[in-house]
Amino acid sequence: MSLLELRDVEVVYQRSDGTPVPAVVGASLDVNRGEIVGLVGETGCGKSSLARAAVGLVSTTRGSVIFEGREVHVLGRRARPASERRLQLVFQNPYESINPRRTVGAQVADAFAISHAQPRSSFRARVEHLLQRVGLPETMARRFPHQLSGGQRQRIAIARALAADPAMIVLDEPLSALDASVQAQVANLLVELARDLHVGMLLISHDLAIVRHVAHRTAVMYLGVIVETAPTDELWKAPKHPYTQALIDSIPHADGAGHLPVALPGEIPDPANPPSGCRFHPRCPRVMEMCRSEVPRLVAKDGGREVACWLHDKPPVFQQSADVPRVSP
Amino acid sequence: MKPLLSVRDLRVWLDTARGPLSIVDGINFDIASGQVFGLAGESGSGKTITALALLGLLPAGARAAGSAMLDGRDLLTMRAAQRRRTRGREIAMVFQDPTSSLHPMLTIERQLTEHLRYQLGMSREEAYERAVHLLTDVRIPNPRAALRGYPHQFSGGMRQRIQIAIGLACEPRLLVADEPTTALDVTVQAGILRLLHRLCEEKDLAVMLITHDLGVLSALADTVTVMYAGRVVESGSTAQVMGGSRHPYTRALIDSLPHPEASDGALVPIAGDPAGPESRPSGCAFHPRCRYMEPSCAAAVPSLVRMDDGREMACPLDPLVVSRVR
Repeated sequence: MSLLELRDVEVVYQRSDGTPVPAVVGASLDVNRGEIVGLVGETGCGKSSLARAAVGLVSTTRGSVIFEGREVHVLGRRARPASERRLQLVFQNPYESINPRRTVGAQVADAFAISHAQPRSSFRARVEHLLQRVGLPETMARRFPHQLSGGQRQRIAIARALAADPAMIVLDEPLSALDASVQAQVANLLVELARDLHVGMLLISHDLAIVRHVAHRTAVMYLGVIVETAPTDELWKAPKHPYTQALIDSIPHADGAGHLPVALPGEIPDPANPPSGCRFHPRCPRVMEMCRSEVPRLVAKDGGREVACWLHDKPPVFQQSADVPRVSP
Repeated sequence: MKPLLSVRDLRVWLDTARGPLSIVDGINFDIASGQVFGLAGESGSGKTITALALLGLLPAGARAAGSAMLDGRDLLTMRAAQRRRTRGREIAMVFQDPTSSLHPMLTIERQLTEHLRYQLGMSREEAYERAVHLLTDVRIPNPRAALRGYPHQFSGGMRQRIQIAIGLACEPRLLVADEPTTALDVTVQAGILRLLHRLCEEKDLAVMLITHDLGVLSALADTVTVMYAGRVVESGSTAQVMGGSRHPYTRALIDSLPHPEASDGALVPIAGDPAGPESRPSGCAFHPRCRYMEPSCAAAVPSLVRMDDGREMACPLDPLVVSRVR
């Protein structure tokens, strides 16, 4: 049994005129203890919605979210059940997720107070220990958030999540607001924490390159569906889904060679009105006739890879491939 | 070749109660037509302020000195009226966030043609036809329909294309693009980079590309200048600076990036945080974070020296020693 299991999760929002907007359409994903799973995709692909569903911040219309063997409750007016405090979330912007008017130490202590029934005075040593754990000096506890840099603030946000002694942390774009030189520090911290504290992590990011260094497994999402999942190295070395390939090709390399990255034509379609068949087919460079009408299934391949593409699946009917010329016997 | 824009000893400072606070500390660069000049640096390095100083858009309290010659005229000492004319017609700007630089309640047509009518005195009909042409040029599908639309009806990538079209309306000679793709997805970013590359070649446009993203610079820029804490640390051709950096800061910055080809475990971060204007270390501002630091680094500001291969670098350490230690 995995630590966090997402099964066929569907998240549907409503526009003001009542049109349903399916942001996530049947996504399944597992995260184990000590494992970092990256979830990548373009803006509007539903990765943040899936992350929010994973911690119960939005309600799912179908499917299930199981954490440590129990269904995750959708957050309502009541306090979160104690069983779910070990499931934590870190937001993108450390400038907005931290209270500017209270000291850093007090805010980390809050997180202790919520999860441990002990007098507040006993927290001080633990706060200092936790600050050290995320690579900050213990004197930082007396500072206010505006006295910290972006990287330090993101460390505080991570320390707050760690105060609840979590088994699982969902991180929504934790690195994208940081400077390049600082991004690497925080990325390495995540790897250390997952390894040393045996915490599972679901890392949401649009930056495939950084996910490559951090995540053990990576899932690629497009317009509400997961199109490919594989061990991160495999995914990079041999992407199977044309969308994964397109994402990798569009990353510019800082090597001074002056190669322009390859642009993917078109735009991500409106999720309220998705294309028929494979949702990627209008932008796919290897589109075949059947892609326009038949929805590809996520099929398990060797080496723990799953891919939803007709190029890598036996079609239910006679295959008609546009790009592979058929040689008659 | 004579450069289009020549910036010499540009200094920008803020007058505060405790005296002047230096933000940009004497930088030089040239931008040639048909070329992309890349200005790299982390937050607080002064790269955006440099652009704002050239455009005469510095925030209140900030002042600039030095010279910035565009065709024999100094942008820094120009009268306000002349500067407004230059800014609209010869220099155009594209900012990071197209959502905040486009007016949400005016149609695209209004925002595109206003510029043409005010700066070039075109009639309504002429301006409309030119607007259609401009949108076609930046590859907006169905430009006539797009002109009737409002910004919120377009995606981030399309809004950035529209912003570029507005910038190009008066056929400027210099386009200043400040983090033009930072808010966009990589797939969309690739399209904008290709667009800028094509415009630069077709229209002999000079582009000043300001970004912290070394990948973007590497893809698009012909020459690169790297700033740290208000000073230039290394500058040269893109192949020199990105492909074979010699300054410890540039080197460390490139090493800290996730490498797309090889992933062998942990990234190599630079310790500490980038130095902001109010907390600049003495001497070489990078010395507290530098792994080759020597006592002398804290004492004097290293001067920018031309190296044997033509690049300029501000580090007294023998660059070959640095590369050998690596």
